[in-house]
Amino acid sequence: MSFVTYLINGISLGSVYALIALGYTMVYGIAKMLNFAHGDVIMVGGFTCYTICSTMGMHPVLGVLISVVVCTVLGIVIEKIAYKPLRKASSSLAVLITAIGVSYLLQNVALLIFGANAKSFTSVVNVENINLFDGQISINGVTIVTIITCIVIMAVLMLFINKTKMGQAMLAVSEDKGAAQLMGVNVNGTISLTFAIGSALAAIAGVLMCSAYPSLTPYTGSMPGIKAFVAAVFGGIGSIPGAFIGGILLGVIQIFSQAYISSQMADAIVFAVLIVVLLVKPTGLLGKNIQEKV
Amino acid sequence: MKKFNKLVSVVVASAMVLAMAGCGGSDAGNSVNNSTGNNSTVENSGAANNSAANNNAEGGNGAASGTFKIGGIGPTTGGAAIYGINVMNGIQLAVNEINAAGGVNGYQLEVNFQDDEHDAEKSINAYNTVKDWGAQMIIGCVTSTPCIAVSEETHKDNMMMLTPSGSAVKCTQYDNAFQVCFSDPNQGAASAQYIGENKLGEKIAVIYDSSDVYSSGIYESFVKGAANQDFEIVVAEAFTSDNKTDFSVQLQKAKDANADLVFLPIYYQESALILTQANSMGYAPKWFSCDGMDGILGVENFDVSLTEGVMLLTPFAADAKDAASQAFTASYRAAYNDTPNQFAADGYDAVYILAEAIKQSNANPSMSVSELGDALKAAMPQITVDGVTGEGMTWVETGEVNKAPRAVVIKNGEYTAM
Repeated sequence: MSFVTYLINGISLGSVYALIALGYTMVYGIAKMLNFAHGDVIMVGGFTCYTICSTMGMHPVLGVLISVVVCTVLGIVIEKIAYKPLRKASSSLAVLITAIGVSYLLQNVALLIFGANAKSFTSVVNVENINLFDGQISINGVTIVTIITCIVIMAVLMLFINKTKMGQAMLAVSEDKGAAQLMGVNVNGTISLTFAIGSALAAIAGVLMCSAYPSLTPYTGSMPGIKAFVAAVFGGIGSIPGAFIGGILLGVIQIFSQAYISSQMADAIVFAVLIVVLLVKPTGLLGKNIQEKV
Repeated sequence: MKKFNKLVSVVVASAMVLAMAGCGGSDAGNSVNNSTGNNSTVENSGAANNSAANNNAEGGNGAASGTFKIGGIGPTTGGAAIYGINVMNGIQLAVNEINAAGGVNGYQLEVNFQDDEHDAEKSINAYNTVKDWGAQMIIGCVTSTPCIAVSEETHKDNMMMLTPSGSAVKCTQYDNAFQVCFSDPNQGAASAQYIGENKLGEKIAVIYDSSDVYSSGIYESFVKGAANQDFEIVVAEAFTSDNKTDFSVQLQKAKDANADLVFLPIYYQESALILTQANSMGYAPKWFSCDGMDGILGVENFDVSLTEGVMLLTPFAADAKDAASQAFTASYRAAYNDTPNQFAADGYDAVYILAEAIKQSNANPSMSVSELGDALKAAMPQITVDGVTGEGMTWVETGEVNKAPRAVVIKNGEYTAM
């Protein structure tokens, strides 16, 4: 019976990773850049919702909406100020380093505003736990909401990218910026939109993550951000279903290795699995194998 | 765009050069200070002498002139800020009291408290800052990891160092360093003894942070201490600093093993998450923890009803009935409008302990840092101090304190003596 409990806990943790990984993979897939500040946008989303709901005492739905708006604006601003000027830089490393810089900037600004004391986040999800087999197995309400949200977002994103004009423009930009521009696609606008969507997802991920693990500090987003990045690579970075599967698998592997191998070695095992997967399938589980044309 | 790139790379490159020069500079600064440290300190204290003499003349105070300069180091920002701020306030309160009562042997005390953000590297910067200011002895650091880093530096300078709450064994690895609080092994063994003697539980689960020297130190000595007690450790599960949001596995294992008491030798942020997650899975054992749990009542927006009945080993409870604790709590409340925790008490006691050692050794502020260090560390094993964290505290030459363990339980959101 404890096996089932561990499995549920793993899916619960994994669904949070999956939600964050969706944003990572979206931005990477289209703008071809690793937005290491993604984890910290999540933290900003969490703090915004905390301020609205707990400090100002407004309704949770309002808190979620406002944090989505704040994060979307933040994402667009970061892209315009920090990333866009470097887009044509000779080395893609420049953008990567800038992203790390933005990540530290966000953490330290949050440290200045909110201080470093941990804050306890009041869950915005009011769904009862589901108890099965006379309470031997209990599924957390937040977990159910997170998984459903994750699946809905994944479906909407895939529909958006494959069926709408804007989505097609995104695909075009991701394949060849220059050619897309020649065909009349507004490259800068499309990339801004990508960041807006990615950051809105980050806000939702932040609120749900803090509801599931209710401790909020300026560093809350950094480690889950890195784990979610791993999940995105695991599933095949750039692939939206890949991010979902990668996230869930990462959570389950982590919990199982904690439960059945060693609670200390969990991270080592997770990364060992990642290395093996990448050796066998270098593009990740669902990654596309694009051959360089000469 | 090209120009902009060049500008960025020039700025980045120059920043890196500066940073490297900064590292080299601070190293060089250390060695220079080592060789000339004595001179500069004499000059500093000389200047302090003059100003203090002027003050005394104006104030009409006929006491001997001079000021002992005490450097304080601890986190006043960052995750452990609640500890550092309490220690800082406790130190200031004691310094004010001692100065108002005429000082130590007629000399006034002055304190400069610097932030280390609970970070080893920043604690060295903080140490260099207070040394440049002219500190002759150190109260610090507040947390173990920075404390060990700074003890390397104070050892080089032979500066007296008294840590209020750095509890790792390595904090006192050198002869110039002493502790006010229990060392980790003492906390772990004392917890085992307390649980066993008071029959708090039969099946014990332990959840600890294997990446933290404080937590794993207590865990190891708890296991040793438990061997002599009639309870059984059924589950011992670890987590690491990279993996400290989800505790479902550790709690599930404790629940499956029917543990009736969970021992948490960890800090309060993780404890808050553990209590929340245990509550949501319907697991309600007794909880026992050490001084790292102190601070859980200060977590913003945290549902304190979850902490009801949590026990922790701590040398100080604000509502304890003894006169010393009550007097300290009253004056702390008056000064800072806040209830002191054990860290405030540790910082407060640290100043009185240094004062006692200064009296014992007849030290004066014109002595060099190294002379003072020799005098004070010779005095430490000879003194006995009655403080708010324990009566009849004595020290062994290796720096560890001897006093009896005390525990408190949280009732209605307040620490209550057990």
